[in-house]
Amino acid sequence: MYMKKVIKYVILDILKNRIMIAYTVFLLAISLSVFNLEDNNAKGLLSLLNLVLILVPLVSIVFATIYVYNATEFIELLVSQPLKRVNIWLSIFTGLAVSCSLAFLVGCGLPVLLYAPEGSGLMLILMGLLITIIFIAIAMLASLLTRDKAKGTGLALLLWFYFTLIFDGLILFLLFQFMDYPMETPMIIFSSLNPIDLARILILLKMDISALMGATSAVFKDFFGTGWGMSISLLILLSWIFVPLWWSVVKFRKKDL
Amino acid sequence: MILLPVLASLPALAGIIRVSPSGPIRSIKQAIEKAKPFDTIIVEKGIYKEGTIIVNKPVYLKGINYPVIDGENKYEIITINSDQVTLDGFAVQHSGSSSYNDIAAIRINNARKVTIRNNQLDDTFFGIYSQHAGSCLITGNTIRSYPKTELGSANGIHCWKSDSMQITNNKISGHRDGIYFEFVTASSIRNNYSHDNLRYGLHFMFSNKDIYDNNTFERNGAGVAVMFSKEVTMLNNKFLSNWGASSYGILLKEISDSHIEHNDFSRNTTGIYLEGTTRIMVTKNHFNGNGYALRIQASCNDNTILQNNFTGNTFDVATNGSLVLNKFSRNYWDKYEGYDLNRDGVGDIPFRPVSMYSMVVERNPTAMMLFRSFLVNLFDKTEKMLPGLTPEGLRDDQPMMRSLKF
Repeated sequence: MYMKKVIKYVILDILKNRIMIAYTVFLLAISLSVFNLEDNNAKGLLSLLNLVLILVPLVSIVFATIYVYNATEFIELLVSQPLKRVNIWLSIFTGLAVSCSLAFLVGCGLPVLLYAPEGSGLMLILMGLLITIIFIAIAMLASLLTRDKAKGTGLALLLWFYFTLIFDGLILFLLFQFMDYPMETPMIIFSSLNPIDLARILILLKMDISALMGATSAVFKDFFGTGWGMSISLLILLSWIFVPLWWSVVKFRKKDL
Repeated sequence: MILLPVLASLPALAGIIRVSPSGPIRSIKQAIEKAKPFDTIIVEKGIYKEGTIIVNKPVYLKGINYPVIDGENKYEIITINSDQVTLDGFAVQHSGSSSYNDIAAIRINNARKVTIRNNQLDDTFFGIYSQHAGSCLITGNTIRSYPKTELGSANGIHCWKSDSMQITNNKISGHRDGIYFEFVTASSIRNNYSHDNLRYGLHFMFSNKDIYDNNTFERNGAGVAVMFSKEVTMLNNKFLSNWGASSYGILLKEISDSHIEHNDFSRNTTGIYLEGTTRIMVTKNHFNGNGYALRIQASCNDNTILQNNFTGNTFDVATNGSLVLNKFSRNYWDKYEGYDLNRDGVGDIPFRPVSMYSMVVERNPTAMMLFRSFLVNLFDKTEKMLPGLTPEGLRDDQPMMRSLKF
């Protein structure tokens, strides 16, 4: 019962938040203008892909981290009540996840559904949602690693930087170091180590299927393109939500507030 | 003067022989034996199993309601050894197959002016096979087979050392190559639909001065291959959905003085692959949704890529070297981000269609997995400002601002 109340409180609190409103309006403006400027929808989706892969994780992780730090006193108040810590933490996560997803759906999902309601568009929305929630879960964990708000925000930024840029750089480096070896299977494993990469590959399979059919990349099509590979990738993405979340719950339960 | 056409059609007034399962003449072989030159043999509906039927005189064979001529998976079914034979309206099925003989459903052997019209070929090894033939018309046939391996199958329409052939309105599927030309000159291939063949939809070797137009080639194992030929004209064809590691809309190898115009290349792994080509004009084509629209090897020279539309391709142009002896001009590239200050419809800064990452993928195909990531976008943007890896000379100096309408 009280969980619902907390979730409702968090959602309403965030939806009234100026930054969240600005984020939604910004997404909406970009999505609409992208579709109106480009004469073909495929190109519009391409621009939105960059948005989903770069901006959405950035906003999700930074916003969630700052929100949790700002809510420290509120959390302390709740903890002093006869409530379970696990439930308090999960309600805050749920509130954050629901409201950020809502912002993404309104800002990005609606225009895509209006202008490009085909396979790649739907995949883009699904991946955008998953990335939003995954990075909120990671933010919840990051915010528990240090008490200092500035340090925590820095850590969130660093994580975002790692997942969007550094990780791919390392992969590219490895690919060229081990060029003479078959790297397809290791690549499939590597890509599951980064939710952004995995989401990008799943969208790529809808968008650039013709190019992916060429050369060795057909291996990826054979893996990710099948129902089985697709379900595994979705499971991995879901575990990218649940593992950090579960870890943060464990940490929060033991935390000395 | 009025009588002239009547006189000219006199052979048509020759005798008529009827073949039917119930009638006095029950076999086509018997009818051919009895026929005089330019007789008409009408074959009623039924199933005829006669081994190999050899047509050795000019007769008009007409099937009513598609009589079935069955090769029982053992024989070559019809062999035409005479000029001016017409074969019209038969269902020819179950030819033999062999790994050392070229067994065909219908063979044209050393003959001229043969017409093969409106037949339905089903489960055949070679469909229609012409050797040392000339001025033949192969039209309106449906040729279908159900092969499992490339070795265990043969070509739908196979022409060897022939000239002035007309191949029109046929539907060919399930063969090794849909249409195969070797040493065939001055011929045309028009309005055919060649799809789901194991290897090539159309395969051209050492065949000069031919034209193919208005054909559709779809979902063939390796697309269309044109090799070692001169003066080939390719107009208004559609090359669709040829997917695979070595699959191309058109594979051009050692071709010179040819024209590729008004074709549509959609959803192929590679639209056109050019290797060792000289003086080819590629103009007014649509390249849409291909993995690579064009792959030009450094061994090509003097080719012109003029006024084409490139939209929605993953990579527009890829190449394997830094030498560029080809000319790109006045194409529309949807990836062009330049401006047009004087508003003449032509962009003011040149466009470089080779993206840096396509060069990376060329060297290390697995790197395709990082495509469209933030890092790769950064690379491509930097390369656009300071070209280092991509060939300096490969650029379109007059990119169009809007897609071209033809």
